[in-house]
Amino acid sequence: MKTVEEIKAAIEAAVPGAGVEVVHNPGPSGQHSLRLDPSHAVEVAKFLRSDAELAFDFLSNVTGVDWPDREVTEKVRVTRPVTRTVDGVEQTVEETVEETRKHVERGCLEVVFHLFSIEKKHGPLVLRMRTVNRTDQVELPSLTPVWRSAEFQEREIFDLYGVVFKGHPDLRRILMWEGFKDHPMRRDYVEPDDFDYEPTAHDEVLARAKAHQAALQAAAVGHEGTGAD
Amino acid sequence: MTKIGTKLGFGRKKKPEGWNRPPVIEQTSEGELLEVAMGPHHPSTHGVFRMNLALDGERVIRLKPEFGYLHRNHEKLGEGQSYLASMPYTDRLDYLCSLTNNWAYALAVEKLTGQQVPERAEYLRVILSELTRFQNHAGTIGFLMQDMGCSGTPLMYAFREREKILDLFEELTGSRMMCNYMRFGGCRVDATPAWLDATRKVVAGLPAFLDEFEALLRSNEILMARTQGVGILPPDLAVNAGITGPLLRASGVNYDIRKVDHYGIYDRFNFKVPLGDHGDVYDRFMIRMLEMRESLKILDQALKEIPGGPVVDPKAKIRGFRPKPGEAYGRIESPKGELGFYLISDGGPNPYRYRVRPPSLINLTVLEDMSLGQNVADVVLILGSVDIVMGEVDR
Amino acid sequence: MAVDEQLKSEMARQGIVVTSLQELYNWGRRSSVWPMNFGLACCAIEMIATTMARWDMARFGAEVFRPSPRQADLLIVSGTVTKKMAPQVVRLYNQMPEPRYVIAMGACAISGGPFKQGYNVLKGIDRYIPVDVHIPGCPPRPEALLQAFIELQKKIDAQPLTGEGRPRFLDVDAQGEFPVPEPGEHDLEPTSNKGVWTVPVVIK
Repeated sequence: MKTVEEIKAAIEAAVPGAGVEVVHNPGPSGQHSLRLDPSHAVEVAKFLRSDAELAFDFLSNVTGVDWPDREVTEKVRVTRPVTRTVDGVEQTVEETVEETRKHVERGCLEVVFHLFSIEKKHGPLVLRMRTVNRTDQVELPSLTPVWRSAEFQEREIFDLYGVVFKGHPDLRRILMWEGFKDHPMRRDYVEPDDFDYEPTAHDEVLARAKAHQAALQAAAVGHEGTGAD
Repeated sequence: MTKIGTKLGFGRKKKPEGWNRPPVIEQTSEGELLEVAMGPHHPSTHGVFRMNLALDGERVIRLKPEFGYLHRNHEKLGEGQSYLASMPYTDRLDYLCSLTNNWAYALAVEKLTGQQVPERAEYLRVILSELTRFQNHAGTIGFLMQDMGCSGTPLMYAFREREKILDLFEELTGSRMMCNYMRFGGCRVDATPAWLDATRKVVAGLPAFLDEFEALLRSNEILMARTQGVGILPPDLAVNAGITGPLLRASGVNYDIRKVDHYGIYDRFNFKVPLGDHGDVYDRFMIRMLEMRESLKILDQALKEIPGGPVVDPKAKIRGFRPKPGEAYGRIESPKGELGFYLISDGGPNPYRYRVRPPSLINLTVLEDMSLGQNVADVVLILGSVDIVMGEVDR
Repeated sequence: MAVDEQLKSEMARQGIVVTSLQELYNWGRRSSVWPMNFGLACCAIEMIATTMARWDMARFGAEVFRPSPRQADLLIVSGTVTKKMAPQVVRLYNQMPEPRYVIAMGACAISGGPFKQGYNVLKGIDRYIPVDVHIPGCPPRPEALLQAFIELQKKIDAQPLTGEGRPRFLDVDAQGEFPVPEPGEHDLEPTSNKGVWTVPVVIK
């Protein structure tokens, strides 16, 4: 199989302005990936499927990944002028100091595709796409018209992560019931409070069971005036 | 046999837009369509699965599968616990084949951390996986016959053999179904020579069972009448819809991950990949029959060649390790199809993302295409021939 | 009037069988408990294995698995009950005619088991319907299911036909319908049936 760099070159030759980026995988598996620009994704996908040499006819796996907003603390070396007294004389010296800076990195939802070729028996090629943010701009193009195998997996990502796939023929919840409001696989999802009976609770569960009991007692105290037990 | 590429014709023949969508079937009778909700409690949906059907008389006009009745949050739980703690959960994905699930997960973690597996453990993995494949296929055929109305006998025969294989699993791993046997960089416990002898004895008895099973079913007139030409899946659609496993090979596409990826030590064994011609229910039934024979071939070779040595790499990191940031996708040919695990590590003790690529769910993508225009009674057979396990479909 | 046990065995030795209506009635009931053909998850495979040749549940009069709840006496909750499935399980239980019994098979049906912390997993079916026998195990072995079955038979045997402790179907005032929970926006509503389940007291 070609390397990801060669595939990137092939994509850029076929789809001008595709905006493909190589994402390096530092782990030992060596499965590097290509990040696609959502506006050209369908064209790129069609090229990958129909190119005689690449022939990625089999889309195996579609995964959603949630990257929440996170505060990044980085140490920056800053050079700044400092006034100092050296041997009784005031001097302005350039000094390099380490400074910690914090900034919030905007989160996003990511969709990862694993492609294989049944015709050429090679793979995997990993593609990724990112939404703009996690709240209102969560649209990505659907690849179901190109590879049918994405149909249920994209529905699952819509259900559990809340990515809206444009061009999907039947975008409904698949695992949770209709009328369910949350996206449970997101990392900031809060589970419903059914921690009323936790006989063997430990760690985090114990804390939540205790919180539940405290809330119950507070409610009971509130009801005492009305005669409820 | 024609070459796969020419048969499928991707990149050569231009397909019209939307060719991979289910066709629209016109109603031929007058009056209203009958809408039937089959499941989630239905004896032939193989668990808690639901199909919303629209029927024109007996013909299926529309079929919408509905999932989630066994959605046990496997992936969410996997993100909240260490790599090792997810191993027993993988048993409960496809609960008929816990050992192949173990292997797929161990393979993905080994790719993520770059671990090696000792020879003997590789052999044990192959032996256990092929035994698992055997009992799964036997059970699937039994259930398929049950769906056909052949109540009891083939399933009883299949379960008789399954019990023998489960006894072996229990002796080695301590559990009949939820084996939790494989570890990153090897297997949990070593097999004793007595166990290997017992396995050889059981494997030696299995061809007789297969002969009996085949004589009972293969040319049965009712079976042929009910399954031949029913639920046809064309190969190009099968590839495009990501179908894997016996379902794909019954449509004539030569793709077996054991042969393609050579994961483990499958390149050492001499076995064939059976392929179907018509892609109907009968072919899927026959593919499973033939695959069981090939599994026995692999078992014979593996049991003959199994070397001594450790079953766990002495340097293996099994518990409490933190893989370097990175990601890995590992896949194996499970009895249902391509079972893959996709792991993202952020350097912590728990996986950042833990994803299961479920063959059962993705194989159901074409259930509607296969069933449209068929009789409603055949839908049950078509579903049975896909071979699903709800624990894996919904996870 | 119950017959004296000693007199009864004495008479049996002479070839005279004496029984009470209650004994005869319960003997009939316990010897033909028909389970519902209803599998939820992993445990269902062990349930099927129990009905197969090696374990042979037919020895206990329970080989007739009925696909319809209206013909069944016993609901074996064999596996994880998810929140999406729980309303269906309660509805099936409501459709079963009295006398009806429930076996919660496996850790998941008892408490959610290994999947307890999942957002879509019900923490035990006894939150909505009364359970007669619980079997631990993940999954319980077929012997365990047979044991549960024998326990259930003992329970049926001991039920008086009149007075305190009589079965629900002989009690006009007993609850027949159990409320079906509704899937809400975040969770099932209500989260448990207070008439069936109260928070157990943990003895420390």
